[in-house]
Parts: sequence; C-alpha cells; structure tokens
Amino acid sequence: MIRSEILKEIAPILNPHLVVCNIGLPSQELHMIDDNERNFYMLGTMGLSSSIGFGLALAQDKPVISIDGDGSVLTNLGTLPTIANNATGNYTLLIIDNGSYGSTGDQPTYAGMKTNLTDVARACGCENVIEVQDKDLGPILQQAIDSDEMTIIVCKCDSGNIKLPVITLDPVVIRHRFMEAVKA
Amino acid sequence: MNIDKKIVDDLVANDVSFVTTVPCKQLAGVIEEVDARENIFHIPSNKEDEGMGLCAGAFMGGKRPAIIMQNTAIGVTINTLATLTQFYRMPLPMIISYRGELREPVACQVEMAVHTKALLAQLNIPTYHFHWQDDVKELDNILKYTFMCNKPVAILTDANFWGGYGDQ
Repeated sequence: MIRSEILKEIAPILNPHLVVCNIGLPSQELHMIDDNERNFYMLGTMGLSSSIGFGLALAQDKPVISIDGDGSVLTNLGTLPTIANNATGNYTLLIIDNGSYGSTGDQPTYAGMKTNLTDVARACGCENVIEVQDKDLGPILQQAIDSDEMTIIVCKCDSGNIKLPVITLDPVVIRHRFMEAVKA
Repeated sequence: MNIDKKIVDDLVANDVSFVTTVPCKQLAGVIEEVDARENIFHIPSNKEDEGMGLCAGAFMGGKRPAIIMQNTAIGVTINTLATLTQFYRMPLPMIISYRGELREPVACQVEMAVHTKALLAQLNIPTYHFHWQDDVKELDNILKYTFMCNKPVAILTDANFWGGYGDQ
C-alpha cells in the first residue's frame, strides 16, 4: 500500500479526532479524502508535525494524532526524546514510513536504508513503540487512540504518490476552525 | 530587583502557562524559575524550531505559550517563524539571550549578534532590546502586545541587562 491508500483506510478512525498532518502530499491527501475542521494541515515547516501535535496534546485532554513521515521525523529527530520524556496518554504519533521523501519526488531516506525508526524511538525513551505493516494499521491505530498510554506507530509501506492539487485554504482559516474544534 | 522572578511573574500575570526553553548561561536563572512555578508547564526543547512547534500546538490547545532561547536560534528558526508562527498568525513571546553584545567574552557570539536585529527586522518581528535592568519594566506591556496582535515578538536581553558574566 502507498500512503494515500493507507490514509483512505484509516480516515474513518481519524475522523472524530484532532489530527495534525504533515506538510505536502500527506495533508493534500487527507484534505481530499476527508476534509474537516478537526484536521490541522501543515502548509509549510517540514518536520514539526510531531511537535505541534504533542504541544496540543499537552495543552488539552482530547486525543491527538500527529501524522508524520520518515523523512520529516529525520528532519526533527530531537522530537523523539522530548516526546519520550514528557509522555502524555492522549497522544499518538503515526509515522508513515515509506522510506522516501514522497513530496519531493521519492528520493530515498536513511529510514529506508540502515536507520530503523522503531529502534530510534525506543532508544530515545519512547516506551510504547509499535511497528506495523500498512494493511494491519487500522486496529493498531484504534487501539492506540483508545489507550491511556502514548503510542508511537511506525507504519511500513510502499513509496508512491498520487497527483493532487495544493491546499488553497487560508492558513488562518485552517487554524481558526481547528481551534474551534479543539474547544467544541 | 530579582530579574528572573520579575520575568516569570510577568509571564504568569499574562496567563502564559506553557514555556519551552533551550538553555543559555545568561538564562539559567529564569529557566530555573520557570521550572519551579506550578502554574507553568515547562518543557525543554532540543532545538528552537521544535520548541516553536510545541508552542504552536499549545496555543491551539488553549494555552498561552512562550519560548526562551539564545539569539543564535534566530538563524535556526527563520523558516518556522515565517511558515508556521506568522503564516498561521500565532502569538509567541520570545525571551532571547542576546549573546555577542557589550560585555560578551566569546568572540564567535558576535558573529550572530551582528545579524540578529537585521534578521528580525527583515521578518517584521517587533523587537525590544533590554540593556538596563529597568528595561524589564516594559515586559508586561510587551506580553500584552504580543497576545493582542498574535505575532511572534522578540525580547533581546543582553549581557549588561543580566549584569555581565562574572568571572568568565
């Protein structure tokens, strides 16, 4: 499975929850599949999906899922020790690990080579790290959201993209409606 | 006047309850004070752009955030300031140790100091420079201004403000 197929499959699981989605194609895909006010689309700032979602999870009680990629996590690797050492049960970090920088033309990442992000997350102190194959993600994600324990999911999948338009929503609109959903 | 205490008192008085920090020698006292306060959640960051991401999330979760960092971080965070904090119009007080200014003992720090205000000006970030201890009296107004206009705002605090480097 490629990322867009995974997102299509997990969209009903994500739908009731606050989701912070990674820059580029992941946000464009989620926007196409199930646009709603509980999605915060990153239009820039590669690497910070996990940090934004984690800050949100620490600030309020609702479950938060950050959708990240292997390339983006490698960009902001310092996020994993921060998350590990300040764990909060309402947070799930979903790393869609396709071993490539999808939005820039599928150049390989080191996560598709020698670097194992599951091991990295554990070495950083994350206590509940689950590596899962794409087709098995749904139930694992649901369990992570329902559980009181913070979970890092590394979902292994194929690289590949579908053609999509960019998101033209104004960033302040994205942020405003998201904040209203947080308060609701 | 205890500057560390005064700074953190002003943060608390302005409902700032989520503070991320990247350490600097000059800021050690204020970071310690932040950590000691029960009504502030203190989360150290490994890098300042990561910290700005945490602050963006905390703001959307209903908390007023702040970041405490060195001016060298301006070089690290320009993309985040432009494409996250400014683009989505979020408030962020940045209490910044202004290394490389008067009374600085480390030459390399001057290399970023000479770019600091120019970079902040290029980003249209409102910038305040605390050089004398009394300048801290403006902090309360600056925090109110930051959360009024939903912008990142820089507060540069130099070595003279902190009383020099002692034995260094």
